[in-house]
Amino acid sequence: MSEPMVKAEAVHKSFGRLEVLRGISLEVAPGEVMCVLGPSGSGKSTFLRCINHLEKIDAGRLWVDGSLVGYRQDGDKLYELREREVARERAQIGMVFQRFNLFPHMTALQNVIEAPTRVKNVPREPAVASARALLERVGLADKEDAYPAQLSGGQQQRVAIARALAMEPKLMLFDEPTSALDPELVGDVLDAMRQLCRDGMTMVVVTHEIGFAREVGDTLVFIDEGIVVEAGRPRDVLDNPREERTRAFLSKVLA
Amino acid sequence: MRHVGRWIAAAIVLLLAAIVIHSVATNPRFEWDIVGNYLFDARVLRGVRVTLELTVISMAIGITIGVVLAVMRLSPNPLVSGGAWVYIWFFRGTPVLVQILFWGFVSALYPKISIGIPFGGPEFAGADANHVIKPFVAAILGLGLNEGAYMAEIVRAGMLSVDEGQSEAAHSLGMTRMQTLRRIVLPQAMRVIIPPTGNETISMLKTSSLVSVIAYAELLYSVQLIYSVNFKTIPLLLVAAIWYLFFTTILSIGQYYLERHYGRGLARELPPTPLQKLRARLFPERRQEEPLV
Repeated sequence: MSEPMVKAEAVHKSFGRLEVLRGISLEVAPGEVMCVLGPSGSGKSTFLRCINHLEKIDAGRLWVDGSLVGYRQDGDKLYELREREVARERAQIGMVFQRFNLFPHMTALQNVIEAPTRVKNVPREPAVASARALLERVGLADKEDAYPAQLSGGQQQRVAIARALAMEPKLMLFDEPTSALDPELVGDVLDAMRQLCRDGMTMVVVTHEIGFAREVGDTLVFIDEGIVVEAGRPRDVLDNPREERTRAFLSKVLA
Repeated sequence: MRHVGRWIAAAIVLLLAAIVIHSVATNPRFEWDIVGNYLFDARVLRGVRVTLELTVISMAIGITIGVVLAVMRLSPNPLVSGGAWVYIWFFRGTPVLVQILFWGFVSALYPKISIGIPFGGPEFAGADANHVIKPFVAAILGLGLNEGAYMAEIVRAGMLSVDEGQSEAAHSLGMTRMQTLRRIVLPQAMRVIIPPTGNETISMLKTSSLVSVIAYAELLYSVQLIYSVNFKTIPLLLVAAIWYLFFTTILSIGQYYLERHYGRGLARELPPTPLQKLRARLFPERRQEEPLV
Protein backbone atom coordinates (compact mmCIF):
# COMPACT_ATOMS: atom_id res chain seq x y z
CA MET A 1 0.00 0.00 0.00
CA SER A 2 1.49 3.29 -1.06
CA GLU A 3 1.69 6.33 1.16
CA PRO A 4 -1.39 8.59 1.02
CA MET A 5 -1.04 11.84 -0.93
CA VAL A 6 -3.07 13.67 1.70
CA LYS A 7 -3.50 12.49 5.26
CA ALA A 8 -5.47 14.45 7.85
CA GLU A 9 -5.58 13.51 11.51
CA ALA A 10 -8.05 15.30 13.78
CA VAL A 11 -7.53 18.66 12.07
CA HIS A 12 -8.97 21.58 14.05
CA LYS A 13 -9.33 25.20 12.96
CA SER A 14 -11.04 28.14 14.61
CA PHE A 15 -11.64 31.70 13.47
CA GLY A 16 -11.77 33.61 16.73
CA ARG A 17 -14.32 31.78 18.85
CA LEU A 18 -15.94 30.06 15.89
CA GLU A 19 -14.75 26.47 15.57
CA VAL A 20 -14.87 25.71 11.85
CA LEU A 21 -13.06 22.37 11.75
CA ARG A 22 -13.66 20.08 14.73
CA GLY A 23 -11.44 17.14 13.98
CA ILE A 24 -11.27 16.16 10.33
CA SER A 25 -9.53 12.88 9.57
CA LEU A 26 -9.25 11.41 6.08
CA GLU A 27 -6.82 10.04 3.52
CA VAL A 28 -6.47 10.58 -0.20
CA ALA A 29 -4.45 7.98 -2.11
CA PRO A 30 -2.23 8.97 -5.06
CA GLY A 31 -4.30 9.19 -8.22
CA GLU A 32 -7.53 9.34 -6.26
CA VAL A 33 -10.25 11.91 -6.93
CA MET A 34 -11.99 12.89 -3.74
CA CYS A 35 -15.10 15.02 -3.91
CA VAL A 36 -16.09 16.96 -0.82
CA LEU A 37 -19.74 17.81 -0.32
CA GLY A 38 -21.37 19.80 2.42
CA PRO A 39 -23.68 22.71 3.20
CA SER A 40 -22.20 26.22 3.07
CA GLY A 41 -20.37 27.04 6.27
CA SER A 42 -19.63 23.38 6.91
CA GLY A 43 -15.87 23.97 6.80
CA LYS A 44 -15.18 22.14 3.54
CA SER A 45 -13.46 25.11 1.85
CA THR A 46 -11.51 25.90 5.00
CA PHE A 47 -10.25 22.32 5.10
CA LEU A 48 -9.15 22.58 1.48
CA ARG A 49 -7.26 25.80 2.26
CA CYS A 50 -5.51 24.07 5.17
CA ILE A 51 -4.05 21.50 2.78
CA ASN A 52 -1.81 24.13 1.16
CA HIS A 53 -1.40 26.14 4.35
CA LEU A 54 -3.41 29.15 3.20
CA GLU A 55 -4.98 28.60 6.63
CA LYS A 56 -2.95 27.44 9.62
CA ILE A 57 -4.42 24.54 11.52
CA ASP A 58 -4.82 24.89 15.29
CA ALA A 59 -4.56 21.24 16.26
CA GLY A 60 -4.13 17.84 14.65
CA ARG A 61 -1.76 16.83 11.89
CA LEU A 62 -1.89 17.23 8.14
CA TRP A 63 0.51 15.60 5.72
CA VAL A 64 0.90 15.98 1.97
CA ASP A 65 2.98 13.28 0.28
CA GLY A 66 4.41 12.24 3.62
CA SER A 67 5.58 15.62 4.89
CA LEU A 68 3.79 17.81 7.42
CA VAL A 69 2.06 20.85 5.95
CA GLY A 70 3.57 24.11 7.21
CA TYR A 71 5.48 22.53 10.07
CA ARG A 72 8.58 20.54 10.83
CA GLN A 73 8.49 17.96 13.58
CA ASP A 74 11.47 17.65 15.87
CA GLY A 75 10.84 15.02 18.56
CA ASP A 76 7.52 15.97 20.09
CA LYS A 77 7.68 19.59 19.07
CA LEU A 78 6.36 21.25 15.94
CA TYR A 79 8.22 24.16 14.40
CA GLU A 80 6.54 26.42 11.90
CA LEU A 81 8.32 26.40 8.56
CA ARG A 82 9.85 29.57 7.22
CA GLU A 83 8.05 31.44 4.49
CA ARG A 84 10.36 30.14 1.76
CA GLU A 85 9.83 26.53 2.84
CA VAL A 86 6.05 26.97 2.93
CA ALA A 87 6.24 28.46 -0.58
CA ARG A 88 8.24 25.45 -1.77
CA GLU A 89 5.58 23.09 -0.43
CA ARG A 90 2.78 25.11 -2.02
CA ALA A 91 4.52 25.11 -5.39
CA GLN A 92 3.80 21.37 -5.59
CA ILE A 93 0.09 21.77 -4.87
CA GLY A 94 -2.16 23.36 -7.48
CA MET A 95 -5.24 25.27 -6.41
CA VAL A 96 -8.25 26.47 -8.38
CA PHE A 97 -10.51 29.04 -6.78
CA GLN A 98 -14.21 29.69 -6.97
CA ARG A 99 -13.58 33.26 -8.19
CA PHE A 100 -10.76 32.18 -10.59
CA ASN A 101 -8.34 34.82 -9.17
CA LEU A 102 -6.51 35.22 -12.46
CA PHE A 103 -4.02 38.08 -12.50
CA PRO A 104 -6.02 40.74 -14.39
CA HIS A 105 -2.96 42.74 -15.50
CA MET A 106 -1.52 39.78 -17.38
CA THR A 107 -2.65 37.96 -20.51
CA ALA A 108 -3.71 34.32 -20.33
CA LEU A 109 -0.24 33.22 -21.41
CA GLN A 110 1.49 35.52 -18.91
CA ASN A 111 -0.76 34.16 -16.17
CA VAL A 112 0.36 30.63 -16.99
CA ILE A 113 4.12 31.27 -17.27
CA GLU A 114 4.36 33.60 -14.25
CA ALA A 115 4.92 30.97 -11.55
CA PRO A 116 7.13 28.57 -13.56
CA THR A 117 9.49 31.38 -14.58
CA ARG A 118 9.53 33.15 -11.19
CA VAL A 119 9.28 30.28 -8.74
CA LYS A 120 10.94 27.41 -10.58
CA ASN A 121 13.23 29.61 -12.71
CA VAL A 122 12.20 27.84 -15.89
CA PRO A 123 13.68 29.78 -18.86
CA ARG A 124 11.11 31.76 -20.81
CA GLU A 125 11.12 29.76 -24.04
CA PRO A 126 10.30 26.31 -22.62
CA ALA A 127 7.86 27.94 -20.16
CA VAL A 128 5.97 29.55 -23.06
CA ALA A 129 6.01 26.30 -25.03
CA SER A 130 4.50 24.27 -22.20
CA ALA A 131 2.05 27.08 -21.37
CA ARG A 132 0.78 26.97 -24.97
CA ALA A 133 0.41 23.21 -24.73
CA LEU A 134 -1.58 23.59 -21.50
CA LEU A 135 -3.85 26.28 -22.93
CA GLU A 136 -4.49 24.02 -25.90
CA ARG A 137 -5.27 21.16 -23.55
CA VAL A 138 -8.03 23.22 -21.86
CA GLY A 139 -9.30 24.33 -25.28
CA LEU A 140 -8.02 27.92 -25.26
CA ALA A 141 -5.16 27.82 -27.74
CA ASP A 142 -6.49 30.93 -29.49
CA LYS A 143 -6.85 32.99 -26.29
CA GLU A 144 -3.25 33.27 -25.12
CA ASP A 145 -3.11 37.05 -25.69
CA ALA A 146 -6.49 37.79 -24.08
CA TYR A 147 -6.68 39.54 -20.74
CA PRO A 148 -8.94 37.90 -18.14
CA ALA A 149 -11.55 40.67 -18.54
CA GLN A 150 -11.90 39.66 -22.20
CA LEU A 151 -12.71 36.04 -21.32
CA SER A 152 -15.92 34.42 -20.13
CA GLY A 153 -16.05 32.92 -16.65
CA GLY A 154 -15.65 29.42 -17.99
CA GLN A 155 -12.64 30.43 -20.09
CA GLN A 156 -11.10 32.21 -17.10
CA GLN A 157 -11.49 29.16 -14.95
CA ARG A 158 -9.85 26.98 -17.59
CA VAL A 159 -6.91 29.42 -17.77
CA ALA A 160 -6.74 29.15 -13.97
CA ILE A 161 -6.55 25.36 -14.27
CA ALA A 162 -3.77 25.68 -16.87
CA ARG A 163 -1.97 28.13 -14.58
CA ALA A 164 -2.06 25.66 -11.70
CA LEU A 165 -0.97 22.75 -13.93
CA ALA A 166 2.01 24.75 -15.22
CA MET A 167 3.72 24.13 -11.90
CA GLU A 168 3.42 20.36 -12.51
CA PRO A 169 1.72 19.78 -9.17
CA LYS A 170 1.37 16.36 -7.59
CA LEU A 171 -1.98 17.32 -6.10
CA MET A 172 -4.76 19.61 -7.30
CA LEU A 173 -7.24 21.34 -5.02
CA PHE A 174 -10.50 22.68 -6.45
CA ASP A 175 -12.55 25.08 -4.34
CA GLU A 176 -16.06 25.09 -5.84
CA PRO A 177 -14.61 25.63 -9.34
CA THR A 178 -17.97 25.93 -11.08
CA SER A 179 -20.04 27.78 -8.45
CA ALA A 180 -19.43 31.23 -9.94
CA LEU A 181 -20.21 30.15 -13.50
CA ASP A 182 -23.31 30.51 -15.63
CA PRO A 183 -24.87 27.05 -16.09
CA GLU A 184 -23.99 26.79 -19.77
CA LEU A 185 -20.27 27.39 -19.00
CA VAL A 186 -19.96 24.69 -16.35
CA GLY A 187 -19.57 21.84 -18.85
CA ASP A 188 -16.25 23.00 -20.35
CA VAL A 189 -14.65 23.38 -16.93
CA LEU A 190 -15.86 19.96 -15.81
CA ASP A 191 -14.51 18.49 -19.07
CA ALA A 192 -11.09 19.91 -18.31
CA MET A 193 -11.25 18.36 -14.84
CA ARG A 194 -12.41 15.01 -16.22
CA GLN A 195 -9.43 14.92 -18.54
CA LEU A 196 -7.13 15.71 -15.62
CA CYS A 197 -8.62 12.78 -13.76
CA ARG A 198 -8.04 10.48 -16.74
CA ASP A 199 -4.38 11.59 -16.73
CA GLY A 200 -4.11 10.24 -13.18
CA MET A 201 -3.96 13.50 -11.22
CA THR A 202 -4.72 13.32 -7.49
CA MET A 203 -7.55 15.73 -6.86
CA VAL A 204 -9.56 17.05 -3.93
CA VAL A 205 -12.67 18.77 -5.26
CA VAL A 206 -15.05 20.80 -3.12
CA THR A 207 -18.15 20.95 -5.26
CA HIS A 208 -21.91 21.08 -5.51
CA GLU A 209 -21.87 19.17 -8.80
CA ILE A 210 -23.43 15.89 -7.65
CA GLY A 211 -23.31 14.47 -11.16
CA PHE A 212 -19.59 15.15 -11.48
CA ALA A 213 -18.93 13.65 -8.05
CA ARG A 214 -20.84 10.51 -9.01
CA GLU A 215 -19.16 10.14 -12.38
CA VAL A 216 -15.56 11.16 -11.69
CA GLY A 217 -15.07 10.82 -7.95
CA ASP A 218 -13.41 7.76 -6.47
CA THR A 219 -14.53 8.75 -3.01
CA LEU A 220 -17.08 11.18 -1.70
CA VAL A 221 -16.84 12.85 1.67
CA PHE A 222 -19.74 14.64 3.30
CA ILE A 223 -18.64 17.32 5.77
CA ASP A 224 -21.01 19.16 8.11
CA GLU A 225 -20.28 21.39 11.11
CA GLY A 226 -16.57 20.75 10.83
CA ILE A 227 -16.53 16.96 10.94
CA VAL A 228 -16.65 14.18 8.36
CA VAL A 229 -20.19 12.86 8.63
CA GLU A 230 -19.94 10.18 6.00
CA ALA A 231 -17.40 8.94 3.47
CA GLY A 232 -17.39 6.21 0.89
CA ARG A 233 -17.84 5.44 -2.78
CA PRO A 234 -19.91 8.20 -4.40
CA ARG A 235 -22.63 5.79 -5.49
CA ASP A 236 -23.00 4.38 -1.98
CA VAL A 237 -23.09 7.74 -0.27
CA LEU A 238 -25.41 9.34 -2.80
CA ASP A 239 -27.84 6.46 -3.23
CA ASN A 240 -27.81 4.91 0.23
CA PRO A 241 -26.71 7.52 2.75
CA ARG A 242 -26.31 6.00 6.20
CA GLU A 243 -26.48 9.23 8.19
CA GLU A 244 -29.57 11.35 8.72
CA ARG A 245 -27.67 14.60 8.05
CA THR A 246 -26.38 13.33 4.72
CA ARG A 247 -29.90 12.30 3.74
CA ALA A 248 -31.30 15.70 4.71
CA PHE A 249 -28.61 17.52 2.69
CA LEU A 250 -28.96 15.33 -0.39
CA SER A 251 -32.72 15.61 -0.41
CA LYS A 252 -32.33 19.40 -0.56
CA VAL A 253 -29.62 19.37 -3.24
CA LEU A 254 -31.20 16.75 -5.45
CA ALA A 255 -34.74 18.08 -5.09
CA MET B 1 -35.86 76.36 -27.02
CA ARG B 2 -34.34 73.41 -25.24
CA HIS B 3 -31.53 73.65 -22.69
CA VAL B 4 -32.33 77.23 -21.63
CA GLY B 5 -30.33 76.88 -18.43
CA ARG B 6 -27.32 75.64 -20.36
CA TRP B 7 -27.38 78.64 -22.71
CA ILE B 8 -27.64 81.09 -19.80
CA ALA B 9 -24.75 79.41 -17.95
CA ALA B 10 -22.62 79.51 -21.12
CA ALA B 11 -23.39 83.22 -21.58
CA ILE B 12 -22.36 83.99 -18.00
CA VAL B 13 -19.10 82.05 -18.38
CA LEU B 14 -18.31 83.87 -21.64
CA LEU B 15 -19.03 87.25 -20.05
CA LEU B 16 -16.78 86.53 -17.06
CA ALA B 17 -14.02 85.34 -19.38
CA ALA B 18 -14.31 88.52 -21.44
CA ILE B 19 -14.04 90.68 -18.30
CA VAL B 20 -10.93 88.86 -17.07
CA ILE B 21 -9.22 88.92 -20.48
CA HIS B 22 -10.01 92.58 -21.01
CA SER B 23 -8.66 93.54 -17.61
CA VAL B 24 -5.49 91.46 -17.95
CA ALA B 25 -4.81 92.77 -21.44
CA THR B 26 -5.46 96.45 -20.78
CA ASN B 27 -4.07 96.96 -17.25
CA PRO B 28 -0.58 98.36 -18.00
CA ARG B 29 0.68 97.39 -14.56
CA PHE B 30 0.87 93.77 -15.63
CA GLU B 31 3.82 94.96 -17.78
CA TRP B 32 3.54 92.06 -20.23
CA ASP B 33 6.51 93.35 -22.21
CA ILE B 34 8.71 92.82 -19.15
CA VAL B 35 7.21 89.39 -18.63
CA GLY B 36 8.27 88.62 -22.22
CA ASN B 37 11.76 89.96 -21.61
CA TYR B 38 12.38 87.79 -18.58
CA LEU B 39 10.53 84.62 -19.57
CA PHE B 40 13.65 83.13 -21.16
CA ASP B 41 16.21 85.00 -19.07
CA ALA B 42 19.21 82.77 -18.28
CA ARG B 43 18.69 83.16 -14.51
CA VAL B 44 15.02 82.23 -14.83
CA LEU B 45 15.82 79.22 -17.00
CA ARG B 46 18.39 78.06 -14.46
CA GLY B 47 15.70 78.37 -11.78
CA VAL B 48 13.32 76.32 -13.94
CA ARG B 49 15.93 73.60 -14.29
CA VAL B 50 16.59 73.54 -10.54
CA THR B 51 12.86 73.36 -9.79
CA LEU B 52 12.49 70.39 -12.14
CA GLU B 53 15.51 68.69 -10.57
CA LEU B 54 14.10 69.22 -7.10
CA THR B 55 10.72 67.87 -8.16
CA VAL B 56 12.10 64.74 -9.80
CA ILE B 57 14.63 63.90 -7.08
CA SER B 58 12.24 64.63 -4.20
CA MET B 59 9.45 62.58 -5.79
CA ALA B 60 11.87 59.70 -6.45
CA ILE B 61 12.92 59.77 -2.79
CA GLY B 62 9.30 60.15 -1.71
CA ILE B 63 8.02 57.24 -3.81
CA THR B 64 10.87 54.97 -2.70
CA ILE B 65 10.34 55.77 0.97
CA GLY B 66 6.58 55.52 0.46
CA VAL B 67 6.72 52.00 -0.99
CA VAL B 68 9.10 50.82 1.74
CA LEU B 69 6.94 52.35 4.48
CA ALA B 70 3.73 50.93 3.00
CA VAL B 71 5.21 47.44 2.89
CA MET B 72 6.49 47.92 6.45
CA ARG B 73 3.06 49.03 7.67
CA LEU B 74 1.47 45.88 6.28
CA SER B 75 4.15 43.68 7.88
CA PRO B 76 3.00 41.15 10.48
CA ASN B 77 5.93 42.23 12.70
CA PRO B 78 4.58 44.92 15.09
CA LEU B 79 7.99 46.62 15.51
CA VAL B 80 8.35 47.04 11.76
CA SER B 81 4.81 48.32 11.21
CA GLY B 82 5.06 50.50 14.34
CA GLY B 83 8.28 52.10 13.08
CA ALA B 84 6.58 53.01 9.81
CA TRP B 85 3.62 54.41 11.72
CA VAL B 86 5.88 56.68 13.82
CA TYR B 87 7.66 57.99 10.70
CA ILE B 88 4.38 58.85 9.01
CA TRP B 89 3.00 60.36 12.22
CA PHE B 90 6.01 62.66 12.56
CA PHE B 91 6.50 63.78 8.97
CA ARG B 92 2.81 64.32 8.30
CA GLY B 93 2.32 65.99 11.65
CA THR B 94 4.75 68.89 11.11
CA PRO B 95 4.65 71.52 8.35
CA VAL B 96 6.97 70.86 5.43
CA LEU B 97 8.19 74.46 5.68
CA VAL B 98 9.39 73.75 9.24
CA GLN B 99 11.07 70.55 8.04
CA ILE B 100 12.90 72.39 5.25
CA LEU B 101 14.09 75.08 7.67
CA PHE B 102 15.13 72.33 10.09
CA TRP B 103 17.33 70.61 7.49
CA GLY B 104 18.71 74.01 6.51
CA PHE B 105 19.82 74.62 10.08
CA VAL B 106 20.70 71.02 10.99
CA SER B 107 24.37 71.89 11.44
CA ALA B 108 23.37 73.81 14.57
CA LEU B 109 22.10 70.51 16.00
CA TYR B 110 24.79 68.17 14.66
CA PRO B 111 27.88 70.24 13.76
CA LYS B 112 29.71 67.09 12.67
CA ILE B 113 28.36 64.12 10.68
CA SER B 114 30.30 60.88 10.70
CA ILE B 115 30.05 57.22 9.75
CA GLY B 116 31.19 54.69 12.33
CA ILE B 117 30.09 52.41 15.16
CA PRO B 118 27.41 54.21 17.18
CA PHE B 119 27.42 54.75 20.98
CA GLY B 120 31.02 55.93 21.12
CA GLY B 121 32.67 53.32 18.85
CA PRO B 122 35.37 54.07 16.28
CA GLU B 123 34.66 56.52 13.50
CA PHE B 124 35.48 55.76 9.85
CA ALA B 125 34.70 59.02 8.13
CA GLY B 126 33.41 62.36 9.28
CA ALA B 127 32.76 65.82 7.89
CA ASP B 128 31.53 69.22 8.86
CA ALA B 129 27.73 69.23 8.61
CA ASN B 130 27.79 72.57 6.83
CA HIS B 131 29.76 70.96 4.01
CA VAL B 132 27.61 67.84 3.74
CA ILE B 133 24.17 69.41 4.18
CA LYS B 134 24.40 72.08 1.49
CA PRO B 135 21.17 73.93 0.62
CA PHE B 136 20.51 71.43 -2.18
CA VAL B 137 20.78 68.45 0.17
CA ALA B 138 18.69 70.22 2.80
CA ALA B 139 16.06 70.98 0.15
CA ILE B 140 15.70 67.40 -1.12
CA LEU B 141 15.81 66.01 2.43
CA GLY B 142 13.05 68.39 3.50
CA LEU B 143 10.87 67.75 0.46
CA GLY B 144 11.64 64.04 -0.08
CA LEU B 145 11.34 62.79 3.50
CA ASN B 146 8.06 64.66 3.91
CA GLU B 147 6.73 63.32 0.61
CA GLY B 148 7.63 59.78 1.71
CA ALA B 149 5.06 59.97 4.51
CA TYR B 150 2.28 61.00 2.12
CA MET B 151 3.29 58.49 -0.55
CA ALA B 152 3.27 55.73 2.09
CA GLU B 153 -0.42 56.27 2.70
CA ILE B 154 -1.15 56.40 -1.03
CA VAL B 155 0.76 53.19 -1.73
CA ARG B 156 -0.84 51.46 1.25
CA ALA B 157 -4.34 52.40 0.08
CA GLY B 158 -3.42 51.03 -3.37
CA MET B 159 -2.18 47.75 -1.97
CA LEU B 160 -5.28 47.33 0.19
CA SER B 161 -7.46 47.91 -2.87
CA VAL B 162 -6.17 44.70 -4.49
CA ASP B 163 -8.44 41.72 -3.85
CA GLU B 164 -7.19 39.27 -1.23
CA GLY B 165 -7.75 36.44 -3.72
CA GLN B 166 -4.86 37.77 -5.82
CA SER B 167 -2.34 37.21 -3.03
CA GLU B 168 -3.88 33.84 -2.26
CA ALA B 169 -3.59 32.73 -5.87
CA ALA B 170 0.04 33.88 -5.98
CA HIS B 171 0.84 32.13 -2.70
CA SER B 172 -0.87 28.95 -3.86
CA LEU B 173 1.49 28.95 -6.86
CA GLY B 174 4.48 29.02 -4.51
CA MET B 175 5.34 32.71 -4.83
CA THR B 176 6.89 34.32 -1.75
CA ARG B 177 5.51 37.41 -0.02
CA MET B 178 8.01 39.66 -1.82
CA GLN B 179 7.38 38.10 -5.25
CA THR B 180 3.64 38.44 -4.72
CA LEU B 181 4.07 42.06 -3.75
CA ARG B 182 6.31 42.97 -6.67
CA ARG B 183 4.68 40.96 -9.44
CA ILE B 184 1.00 40.76 -8.46
CA VAL B 185 -0.07 43.31 -5.85
CA LEU B 186 1.94 46.43 -6.72
CA PRO B 187 1.21 46.40 -10.49
CA GLN B 188 -2.52 46.20 -9.73
CA ALA B 189 -2.25 48.75 -6.95
CA MET B 190 -0.75 51.15 -9.54
CA ARG B 191 -4.21 51.89 -10.91
CA VAL B 192 -5.13 53.31 -7.52
CA ILE B 193 -1.67 54.75 -6.77
CA ILE B 194 -1.05 56.63 -10.05
CA PRO B 195 -3.74 59.36 -9.94
CA PRO B 196 -2.90 60.66 -6.44
CA THR B 197 0.83 60.32 -7.24
CA GLY B 198 0.30 62.55 -10.25
CA ASN B 199 -1.36 65.05 -7.96
CA GLU B 200 1.55 64.74 -5.53
CA THR B 201 4.04 65.40 -8.35
CA ILE B 202 2.13 68.46 -9.51
CA SER B 203 1.90 69.59 -5.91
CA MET B 204 5.63 68.94 -5.41
CA LEU B 205 6.50 71.14 -8.40
CA LYS B 206 4.86 74.02 -6.58
CA THR B 207 5.80 73.04 -3.02
CA SER B 208 9.45 73.08 -4.09
CA SER B 209 9.13 76.89 -4.12
CA LEU B 210 9.20 76.67 -0.30
CA VAL B 211 12.94 75.96 -0.38
CA SER B 212 13.42 79.61 -1.32
CA VAL B 213 13.40 80.11 2.49
CA ILE B 214 16.82 78.45 2.74
CA ALA B 215 18.09 80.63 -0.11
CA TYR B 216 18.26 77.85 -2.66
CA ALA B 217 17.88 79.34 -6.12
CA GLU B 218 14.98 77.38 -7.61
CA LEU B 219 12.44 79.13 -9.85
CA LEU B 220 10.74 81.34 -7.24
CA TYR B 221 13.97 82.37 -5.50
CA SER B 222 15.53 83.13 -8.88
CA VAL B 223 12.79 85.61 -9.79
CA GLN B 224 12.88 87.03 -6.26
CA LEU B 225 16.59 87.74 -6.73
CA ILE B 226 15.80 89.60 -9.94
CA TYR B 227 12.91 91.71 -8.65
CA SER B 228 14.77 92.56 -5.45
CA VAL B 229 17.11 94.49 -7.76
CA ASN B 230 14.78 95.93 -10.43
CA PHE B 231 11.53 96.08 -8.36
CA LYS B 232 9.47 94.60 -11.23
CA THR B 233 7.75 92.34 -8.70
CA ILE B 234 4.46 91.59 -10.49
CA PRO B 235 5.84 90.77 -13.96
CA LEU B 236 8.51 88.52 -12.50
CA LEU B 237 6.00 86.65 -10.33
CA LEU B 238 3.99 86.21 -13.54
CA VAL B 239 7.08 84.75 -15.20
CA ALA B 240 7.32 82.18 -12.41
CA ALA B 241 3.58 81.48 -12.56
CA ILE B 242 3.72 80.89 -16.33
CA TRP B 243 6.52 78.37 -15.95
CA TYR B 244 4.74 76.55 -13.10
CA LEU B 245 1.54 76.41 -15.18
CA PHE B 246 3.42 75.14 -18.22
CA PHE B 247 4.94 72.23 -16.36
CA THR B 248 1.79 71.31 -14.41
CA THR B 249 0.01 71.13 -17.78
CA ILE B 250 2.68 68.80 -19.19
CA LEU B 251 2.48 66.64 -16.05
CA SER B 252 -1.31 66.42 -16.27
CA ILE B 253 -1.11 65.13 -19.84
CA GLY B 254 1.52 62.58 -18.80
CA GLN B 255 -0.69 61.48 -15.93
CA TYR B 256 -3.62 60.90 -18.30
CA TYR B 257 -1.63 58.48 -20.44
CA LEU B 258 -0.11 56.73 -17.42
CA GLU B 259 -3.59 56.12 -16.01
CA ARG B 260 -4.67 54.63 -19.33
CA HIS B 261 -1.65 52.36 -19.34
CA TYR B 262 -2.39 50.96 -15.87
CA GLY B 263 -6.12 50.68 -16.55
CA ARG B 264 -5.30 48.06 -19.18
CA GLY B 265 -6.92 44.69 -18.64
CA LEU B 266 -9.72 46.24 -16.61
CA ALA B 267 -12.07 47.42 -19.28
CA ARG B 268 -12.64 45.38 -22.41
CA GLU B 269 -11.64 48.30 -24.57
CA LEU B 270 -9.90 51.54 -23.64
CA PRO B 271 -11.82 54.76 -24.37
CA PRO B 272 -10.25 56.92 -27.12
CA THR B 273 -7.74 59.59 -26.11
CA PRO B 274 -8.67 63.26 -26.74
CA LEU B 275 -6.31 63.18 -29.75
CA GLN B 276 -8.03 60.12 -31.19
CA LYS B 277 -11.41 61.74 -30.58
CA LEU B 278 -10.28 64.90 -32.40
CA ARG B 279 -8.96 62.88 -35.32
CA ALA B 280 -12.19 60.90 -35.52
CA ARG B 281 -14.15 64.14 -35.57
CA LEU B 282 -11.98 65.79 -38.25
CA PHE B 283 -11.74 62.76 -40.54
CA PRO B 284 -14.89 60.75 -39.92
CA GLU B 285 -15.03 59.21 -43.40
CA ARG B 286 -11.44 57.92 -43.26
CA ARG B 287 -12.24 55.92 -40.21
CA GLN B 288 -15.07 54.13 -41.98
CA GLU B 289 -12.91 53.23 -44.93
CA GLU B 290 -10.22 51.78 -42.72
CA PRO B 291 -11.92 50.13 -39.80
CA LEU B 292 -9.69 49.26 -36.85
CA VAL B 293 -8.60 45.68 -37.12
